[in-house]
Amino acid sequence: MLYINCPHCGLRSQNEFAYGGDATVKRPELNKEISDQEWDNFVYLRKSPRGKHLELWHHISGCRQWIKVERDTSTHEIFKTYKANEAIE
Amino acid sequence: MTQDFRLDNVGMVNREKKISFKFNGKKYFGFEGDTIASALIANGVHLVGRSFKYHRPRGFFGVGVDEPYAILQLDRNNERDPNIRATEQEIFEGLEVKSVNCWPSVNFDIGAINNFLKMFFPAGFYYKTFMWPPSFWYKIYEPFIRMAAGFGEASIKHDKERYEHKYEYCDLLITGSGPSGLASAYAAAKNGARVILAEDKPRFGGSLLTSDVNIGNQTGVEWTEKIIAELKSMPNVTVKNRSQVFGYYDHNMLVMSERISDHLPKTQKYLPKQRLWYIRANEVLISSGSIERPLVFGNNDTPGVMLSSAAKEYMKVYGVLVGKKPLIFTNNDSGYETAIEFKKNGVNPIILDTRSDPSSDIIVEAKNLNIEIKFSHVVVAAKGYKKVKSADIAKISDDKKELFNIENIECDCICVSGFWTPSIHLASQSGNKSKFNEKIDAFVPDKSKQQENTIGSANGIFTLEETIKDAFDKGFDVSNKITEKNNKISVPTVVEKKSTDHDKFWCVPLPKGKSYKRFLDFQNDVAVSDIELALREGFRSIEHVKRYTTLGMATDQGKTSNLNGLQLVSDIENKVVPQVGHTTFRPPYTPVSIGAIVGREVGKHSKPTRKSPMHSWHEKNNAVFVDAGVWLRPRYYKQGNEGLFEASKREAKNVRQNVGVCDVTTLGKIDVKGPDAAEFLNRVYTNAWLKLPVGKARYGVMLREDGIVMDDGTTTRISENHYHMTTTTAQAANVLSHLEYYLQLVWPELNVNVVSTTEQWAGAAIAGPNSRKLLMKLFPNLNVSNEGLPFMGYKEADLFGVPAKIYRISFSGELAYEINVESDNGYFMWEKIMEVGKDFQIQPYGTEALSTLRIEMGHVAGSELDGRTIPYDASLEGLVSKKKDFIGKRSLNRSAFTSTDREKLVGVVPIDKTTSIPEGSYIVKDPKAKLPNPKLGHVSASCWSVEYDNPFSLAIIKDGKNMIGQKLFAMSPLKNKTIPVEIVSSHYVDPEGKRVRS
Repeated sequence: MLYINCPHCGLRSQNEFAYGGDATVKRPELNKEISDQEWDNFVYLRKSPRGKHLELWHHISGCRQWIKVERDTSTHEIFKTYKANEAIE
Repeated sequence: MTQDFRLDNVGMVNREKKISFKFNGKKYFGFEGDTIASALIANGVHLVGRSFKYHRPRGFFGVGVDEPYAILQLDRNNERDPNIRATEQEIFEGLEVKSVNCWPSVNFDIGAINNFLKMFFPAGFYYKTFMWPPSFWYKIYEPFIRMAAGFGEASIKHDKERYEHKYEYCDLLITGSGPSGLASAYAAAKNGARVILAEDKPRFGGSLLTSDVNIGNQTGVEWTEKIIAELKSMPNVTVKNRSQVFGYYDHNMLVMSERISDHLPKTQKYLPKQRLWYIRANEVLISSGSIERPLVFGNNDTPGVMLSSAAKEYMKVYGVLVGKKPLIFTNNDSGYETAIEFKKNGVNPIILDTRSDPSSDIIVEAKNLNIEIKFSHVVVAAKGYKKVKSADIAKISDDKKELFNIENIECDCICVSGFWTPSIHLASQSGNKSKFNEKIDAFVPDKSKQQENTIGSANGIFTLEETIKDAFDKGFDVSNKITEKNNKISVPTVVEKKSTDHDKFWCVPLPKGKSYKRFLDFQNDVAVSDIELALREGFRSIEHVKRYTTLGMATDQGKTSNLNGLQLVSDIENKVVPQVGHTTFRPPYTPVSIGAIVGREVGKHSKPTRKSPMHSWHEKNNAVFVDAGVWLRPRYYKQGNEGLFEASKREAKNVRQNVGVCDVTTLGKIDVKGPDAAEFLNRVYTNAWLKLPVGKARYGVMLREDGIVMDDGTTTRISENHYHMTTTTAQAANVLSHLEYYLQLVWPELNVNVVSTTEQWAGAAIAGPNSRKLLMKLFPNLNVSNEGLPFMGYKEADLFGVPAKIYRISFSGELAYEINVESDNGYFMWEKIMEVGKDFQIQPYGTEALSTLRIEMGHVAGSELDGRTIPYDASLEGLVSKKKDFIGKRSLNRSAFTSTDREKLVGVVPIDKTTSIPEGSYIVKDPKAKLPNPKLGHVSASCWSVEYDNPFSLAIIKDGKNMIGQKLFAMSPLKNKTIPVEIVSSHYVDPEGKRVRS
């Protein structure tokens, strides 16, 4: 079970969190004309990297904040965690 | 009571307390502290089971977790417990165990014919035999394999035992209480660290219980007792016996299974059987010790052949002799310790040492005791079927290839020692890549991957002096890292006999003309010849060889067989063991009962149960409840002999004719507050929200980004910047996460806060033509006329002294109101409604009537918004704004979503007006069409229309809007029904919606 350092609460066990997918995906702006392809990429296409990955976790049984976690998908090593709108190093 | 093989005054069992138990129906005695194995051996019983494949007789091979043979089935309090290791299970009064994998009995086993047919059961037998013809698989092969496979039988009854889970944190977890575990625990505890010391066996001390050593002028046992007593007295230390740390998971999370009352006759009601500990440890010291390796020779699986260390432990711990004419077959000094122990107890052993001329302290001692030692000698084959009777022994050439002077000598047990294999399982599970240590012919942990270190013989250190010193250092170092204290304990002096190198020899060659089975894996009957065959057939990877031959599989996971298997593969391939590598060690290290994994989360406790504040009223009034997610909701209120159908019909009819009240507390409620709340709702919902006035509610639909409907509900503007959102019961949690996602990550610039208020409000829906009259009496000072409180209006008022919120919204399609009060006042509100409502023939209604009412009105719910429908499909397209952007809007342009013949919501009525249509039925044009019959759609919800007194269903069918009036068929292959139906509008009752506005 992962041990995730919530930037708001500190180290908490994985069972307090819900996984939220790829954190690098950016929603297209509202009212913007975009191609089918762009929209399709946003809704469906995700990379599934082996190794370092920036992902979203929701501290659902804690502070209810969405956080970003930089994690190695093969070793589960967690390098750094960020608040929702913190700049990513 | 006489026990032929019990020694007087030796061992640690409690001679004061005799215990009787039954094995295969026969009564035996043992002492408190005995295992099934030690008690049976004391009684001279060595035949306890039959092997997996050939049904060869099985006895005892080890004395602990590594036991491959003595797997029994335990009957306890009328419950069955399969896969009990006789070497671990302690006896208690009334214990009943029996042998498995034998029929009709362990003494006479029909399956043993496999032993004579063994040429037909080579490696990969299953894959080769059960191939053809394919039609045989289902009826003949599978039942046959199922009958033959597995040890024991699990009970299919509910397990009444109690299992618990515990979450724990510590600075340092130490797995094993042998010399290294004790020393490191002591050093770390004295330095202020919070320590958990876990021991798998009932007794602490590991090898110190059986080895003839001296630590700080005390025997191993005395030193153990002193350290354990001191550790137990320290507040920062938890010491646990009968506790196996079986899994090393991510981020230093380890799981331990504690056997709390497995060794007790069940007497205390609330004492759990087992407890699973989830331990998050800052640091871990793995002191799991090592397991003796067997030597491989002919018929080395005969009962009576066992590990030499096991024979020694049976003597020293249990006071039991495994035989009276022992043969010790060893390639190292460990066998001598066992021989000396036999000699001390008046039994004359013969030692066969594969080495030609070894010399060490212990060999000298054995010689001085006049023990007969034959150097350069091996056991060629054990003789005897159900028990060793004699052994063919021989002299072996220095290159270990030739056998000379084969002779038969009498013996009743053969104690083997092929040196030691460190238990690196936990280290390996942590991600530590192992390395091969040439000196000990075994793998040891390499660089730490997580916060773990391996100490003692688990790390390949086999001298006590080095073990103790290293363990004291490691215990101090890791505790110092955590506590930053410097309280260092001096290392005690250690006296032990110096031993010498082991012989790398492990497998006795076959004499000319003999074809003895030489077993590598004792649990799965994998012999040397099976591995040879697998390699001849082209299997190379050790992982493939394992799966093809079953080497190292099943309950013991090859604890005694893995390394010899690797030796053999590398010998045949002309490689060295590290080139072959080992198979992956995965948790659990030892079998864990399913009950312990599930813990208390069984039955009703598998998830929380949520109840509304009015729950006890429902209970008192004969409500029959239904699970709605984790909520319990009244399904109907039973009167007299009514069933679901009659009761729900009565309740729904009463709503249409008079007035009904329904507990709607379970609806999700979310407070949306902030200056940008209107803008936020406008982006979340498909319809327009900017112009909703204060004091008004609006129905809204929200989508996922892929255009699929996520949820629906009404949201009310309470004040300028405050909205009260409702969601469906099922989606409440998801909707909150969804809103938080957009506020925190996508549009952080919006100044809005959301919080769940589901549990803060108790809700009652009042529906029916009499509901206004009822409301007037409940709120006499409030103008509740159609003008004062119009449809979709909102008012705050006083309900007999309790603040209440009134929403004029309707799910039933009738004139209806929803009253919310603070949860604590919910019961009061409900009672008042029932009391005042009497004059208007009020009746409570449950979820079944609620469904009936919404279905005949054509209102969609979860069965239509099923994660596959877009607004158009559910006839919600009128709520989709063309002007503004919102979540999921761009997806609605996808060509599939804009096609004109999409499936769409319709009503379905059976032509005969009597046959109910099963939910899930397919709608088809021609019921006799060739399969697969083209499906037009499916029936999503069915009810008995109380308005028209005939069945009515909702369906979502292809090109629905053009199908109205068509005569089609509803087919339910599951119910074997074909029903002629007519497609009608989904708005079956009051299509103009006059009632809600009346």
